[in-house]
Parts: sequence; C-alpha cells; structure tokens
Amino acid sequence: MTDGYGGFADNFADNEDAGDFDDAPPSTIMLPGGGIDLATRIGSTLLPNPVTTASGCAGYGKELAKFFEPAAIGAVVTKTIMPYPRSGRATPRMAETPSGMLNSIGLQGPGIDAFVERDLPWLAARGGRTIVSIAGGHVDDFVALAERLKGAPGVVGIEANISCPNVANRGQVFACNPATSYDVIRAVRDVADPQVPVLAKLSPDVTSIVDIARACVEAGADGLSMINTLLGMAIDPDTMKPVLAGITGGLSGPAVRPVAVRCVYQVHAAMLDGQMAQVPIVGMGGIRTGLDALEFVLAGAAAVSVGTVIFNDPSSPVRILDELRAALIARGFGSLEAAIGYAHR
Amino acid sequence: MALPLQVQAEIVGREPAGAYHRLVLRAPGIAARVEPGHFVAVAIGGVDSAMLLRRAFSIHRADPAAETIEVVFAEAGRGTRELARLRVGDSVNVVAPLGTPFPLPAEPVSAVMVAGGYGSAPMFALAERIVADGGSVAFVLGAATAQRLYGVDQAQAITEDVVVTTDDGSEGVRGFVTGPLPEVLTAVEADVVYACGPMGMLRAVTEVASAHDARVFTAVEESMACGVGVCMTCVLPVVGDDGVSRFVRSCVDGPCFDGTKVRWDDAGTIPADIEGAAAMGAH
Ligand SMILES: Cc1cc2nc3c(=O)[nH]c(=O)nc-3n(C[C@H](O)[C@H](O)[C@H](O)COP(=O)(O)OP(=O)(O)OC[C@H]3O[C@@H](n4cnc5c(N)ncnc54)[C@H](O)[C@@H]3O)c2cc1C
Ligand SMILES: Cc1cc2nc3c(=O)[nH]c(=O)nc-3n(C[C@H](O)[C@H](O)[C@H](O)COP(=O)(O)O)c2cc1C
Ligand code: FES
Repeated sequence: MTDGYGGFADNFADNEDAGDFDDAPPSTIMLPGGGIDLATRIGSTLLPNPVTTASGCAGYGKELAKFFEPAAIGAVVTKTIMPYPRSGRATPRMAETPSGMLNSIGLQGPGIDAFVERDLPWLAARGGRTIVSIAGGHVDDFVALAERLKGAPGVVGIEANISCPNVANRGQVFACNPATSYDVIRAVRDVADPQVPVLAKLSPDVTSIVDIARACVEAGADGLSMINTLLGMAIDPDTMKPVLAGITGGLSGPAVRPVAVRCVYQVHAAMLDGQMAQVPIVGMGGIRTGLDALEFVLAGAAAVSVGTVIFNDPSSPVRILDELRAALIARGFGSLEAAIGYAHR
Repeated sequence: MALPLQVQAEIVGREPAGAYHRLVLRAPGIAARVEPGHFVAVAIGGVDSAMLLRRAFSIHRADPAAETIEVVFAEAGRGTRELARLRVGDSVNVVAPLGTPFPLPAEPVSAVMVAGGYGSAPMFALAERIVADGGSVAFVLGAATAQRLYGVDQAQAITEDVVVTTDDGSEGVRGFVTGPLPEVLTAVEADVVYACGPMGMLRAVTEVASAHDARVFTAVEESMACGVGVCMTCVLPVVGDDGVSRFVRSCVDGPCFDGTKVRWDDAGTIPADIEGAAAMGAH
C-alpha cells in the first residue's frame, strides 16, 4: 500500500478505520432527576428513548460515533438504501437557504449487499439500534430489500421511504398517491420479519397527508415517519441558472418545522378521531433543540428524528435528548408517553 | 484518523492579511491533532442562526502549546462576512480536525508547493515539516492580484526558491502558476507537488506534475453541508485503487487527493462508468 506517502491509499478504503478512535466519545450527560421514563414503543420495538437520526443525515452511524455513542440515542435511521449501488446525482448537490437547505443527493449508496455485510454489523457491534430506510423504483425492489434484511443484526425497524419515484407510474413518487403508498407498505409488511416494525415515511407535498397516512396504516404500517423534505429550488442571481445540478431539491431544516408540526398534528388528530388506527408517529423537520422535539411530541409524535441540524451540530441528537428530558421534567410530565399528543386536549 | 473535536473556540487574534482575514482561535485539544491539510468547520452564529451550514477552512497553523489554530479566509458571501465581523474575545463553535491531510513523504524529498490565493494557507506548515525531515521545498504562489496573494513572506522565510505569479502582473510574473511551474519542477528535480487552489488550477497542476513524473497531491474545495461524511453533498469522481471510479466524499476521503486519481473534467457530471451510474437511469 505504501508508495512512500504514508497511508495515502487508505483514502479510498471508504473510511474503514473511522471506527478506531484514540479516545472514547463523550457519553450522554444524565441530568439530575433523569429518572423520567423516556421509553417509547413502535410496534414490537421498545426504544429506550425517542430521539433518532433522520435518514440521509447520519450516514450509517459510523461517522457520528466520533461525536456520540450510537447506543445513547433511541435508534439510528440509516441513509435510504436501494437494491444496487447508486452514484447519486451530479454536483452541486446543495444550497443553503434561510434556516434550511436544499439537497439533491439522488440516494447515493453502496446497495443493500454491501450495506448488510459491512455497515449494519458495525452499528450492531457498537450497540446501536438500527432502523433501516429502504427505497426502490418498483414495489418488487422494496420486497427484495425487506427480504434481505430478515435476520440482519441490530435491525429494530424498517422505514419505507416512499417519497421516491415509482417507475411504473411515470416516475411519480409513491407517497403522492394513497393506492401506490398502500401497495408498497402492504408488500413490505407481508415479507418483513414480523418482529420488525415497518414505518412509512411520508412526503408533505401532497393534497391531504391524512389520506396517505390512512392508506399506509390500513396497509399494515406499524408507524409513520413524517415529514420528508419539501420540493424546492434556488436560482443563482449571478449565473442566472438553477443552483442545484438536479434543478430541484428537497428543502429541510428549521424553515420547514411549522409544516412538519402541522402534518403530525393533523394525522394524530385523525387517529384520535377514529379515522384510522392509532400508530406511533416519528416526527421530524427542523428539530434543533429539546423544545422543538417537545413541540412534535405535543403534536402527537412518539419519537423524533434529527436531520439537517446534525450538519450544524454533529452531537445534537444527544443534546436534544438531554434538553427534551429536562423540558418534560420542567413541565411535570412523569413520562414521555404522558406528553404525546398533549396539545390536542 | 484523528478524532475531531467540537469545541467553543475563542478568537484570540485577528488581523487583515492583504485581501483576507487571519483569525487565531483558542480551541482546546484540537491543535495537537492537526496535520497539514486538515480543515476546520466553523459554525456561523449561535443556536438561532439562520445559516445552518458550517463553513470549511484549511487550518493554516496549529500551535499545540498555545492550544491555537489559525485560518485565513476571504469574504466570499453571507457567512464569511459574518465571520469577518467577529472581534477578539468573541467565540465560535468549531469542529476540527476534519478530512484526510496531505500524505507526508517517508523520506527526504524535493517538493514544490503550488497555491492559488488563500490556497497557500496549509502549505507553510507542510513545507516546514518536509524541510525538518531533511527535504527541500520550492513555492509557486499565484493569485489574481498582489492583494490576493497570501504568505509570500512566510514562504521566503522557509526557502529562497519562491516564484510569484499574478494574473494582472501586479506582483511577480504575469500569468498563472502553471506558467513557471515546468521550469521550477526541472530546476529543483521535484519528486512531489502539493497543490491547493481552485479546481481548474489543480487540474492544470496535475497535468504539469505528471508530465514531469512527479507525484501530485491536491487539496480540493467542494461545497460541503456537513463536513463530517454523513450527507454526500461534497462528492468528486475519483478512481479507486481497484480501478473503479466512485463519487467519494471530499470531506472525509479528501480534501487531499492524489491529483492523478481525480477525474477533474468529469466533476459536476455523472460519468457513465462511475459506480452506480446505471441505477440512475430510471429516475
Ligand atoms: C476543505 C475546504 C477548505 C477551504 N479553505 C478555505 C480557506 O482556507 N480560506 C477561505 O477563504 N476559504 C476556504 N474555503 C472556502 C470557504 O469554505 C467558502 O468560501 C465559504 O464556505 C463561503 O461561505 P459564505 O457564507 O461566505 O458564502 P455563501 O456563498 O453565502 O455560502 C453558501 C453555502 O455555500 C458554501 N460555499 C460557498 N462557496 C464555497 C466554496 N468555495 N467552497 C466550499 N463551500 C462553499 C458555504 O459553505 C455555504 O454552505 C474552503 C473550502 C473547503 C471545502
Ligand atoms: C442531505 C439530506 C439527505 C436526505 N436523505 C434522505 C434519504 O435518503 N431518505 C429519506 O427518507 N429522507 C432523507 N432526507 C430527509 C430527512 O430524513 C428528513 O425527513 C427531512 O430532512 C426533514 O428533517 P430535518 O429538517 O430535520 O432535516 C434527507 C435530508 C437531507 C437534508
Ligand atoms: S460534506 Fe457531508 S459528506 Fe462531505
């Protein structure tokens, strides 16, 4: 390997050594009165606390382990994985926008085989609980992915990212339509390990998110993750062309938080109303602090995901967990469960 | 790989440097981990800042005894304008050291450091290391104007072999760094070229160095959302040891790359033979 330039060849080893640290990462700081029960249930999975990473914002957990212990948070939701290696889109892939960003990554990834053989075991060995995000262009792709994940180490959930284009329907995203959303979730639920909950990740770019949520719950979803990014774009006034090579991209960050809170509130209200069975909601969209997380819990979320804010503060998931715990205690809640949907009273 | 730290750093020094600003940050624990070519990701504003993404800067100098790191930056847009407003005593949140640094030669070599504008920032510490290890260095420093050169005096303090170019001829030779570069490579019998600057310059320097049978290592500057390897915004097409081209993350696998492995002409496209390009067809 060495050609006189220490370890240069290692640059291409996909950061294999990222797990070998000289120092241990900081552990979560337990606040006094940390006795509050933060456990939360998604289907048959019991998470010790409700804070997770949002798909696409935490890789496969390894890089963030330099900043916090993956096992310290409820679960790591991994970058959406597809059946085969995918290059992703051309660069530029990002644009910073007020209190947020646009991304157009195009689901770059190594494909399910490399993921199951290399990335999943690493997280499991590190004690992390993994919710695997999957996507495909056809229902069959989702089925093959769920099948492949059977018995894989450390998997406590499958998140079906249905905000991806449906090849059979001229590339319209599955999540835009109750029937195609139903088809994917039904098929995944049928083949996935019965012990592993299936979550449907919903897009906010729909006329009625309640209709999509209901279709997913009827299809057997054990939980709903919401929201994915909003479609947006930016034009550079100097070049007078779109900033992103992909022209449009997904908007995320605190800028979208009010939209996300509204979505969670509406779906939770429809559940309380008896319009669909009550399943846990994983709320996300611009969560930056414990109070932001609390907002989602009050709207009806049983768990939360931290996404874009990780780019600003790579250790934010554990900070947000500590802040959420303190905020619940300060408001006199005896458990996380007691606060879920409290804004609906 | 050095473990990065996230710390609140105090600004302990600040001065103009031609068209740029030089900041000295007291960042406990970081300096001792820094190798030449590492970068620092600086948060803009506090917890309510509307600018969420950290800005990346090469680490110019690191002083473990004083617990300081230095950066040299240009006011390019909103975020760097905000940074330029900070004063001694203010603090910023930093994550460092990040990235793969420049590979150091195992034996004494003749090295040529080529930089455009503030791209020279990481080069002086690297040059000092090479000289301390018994090697020799020459510099070719270029910029659009004399104002935009950085550290010519620092280069001259290390070696007599310093060539300066400016696009407008306001200092040194008129033209680009690639003008005098072939002659310099021949004169010092260069074994290796280290380069940092704009993409076009790195491509041209790679060509010249390769023609002279010198190794060439380049530090690239790609837009980065996270800087820590989780978002996949910062990718470049790079040929792996197995001959397969992949989009690799310049924040962890770079920013320092073997220049001959980077597919410079294909940056910003999806080359048909890049791993996973076939899967993009459907959407
Ligand atoms: C590894 C690395 C090392 C760098 N070293 C230096 C240095 O030593 N000195 C220096 O002055 N600059 C350096 N840069 C460039 C510096 O990061 C940008 O100039 C800066 O991010 C611009 O921010 P802004 O808010 O002023 O501009 P804006 O245009 O408002 O920034 C908007 C967004 O685009 C990103 N962006 C814009 N321009 C660049 C760019 N050229 N490179 C990467 N991201 C960009 C920003 O990070 C931000 O997320 C480096 C970049 C990288 C990736
Ligand atoms: C860079 C980036 C990549 C993302 N990749 C994915 C992905 O692969 N799969 C997915 O379901 N969501 C993806 N998302 C969406 C997030 O998981 C999340 O739903 C959304 O960004 C809103 O949360 P946030 O504002 O906290 O980021 C991505 C978001 C960003 C910013
Ligand atoms: S900047 Fe996020 S992966 Fe490189």
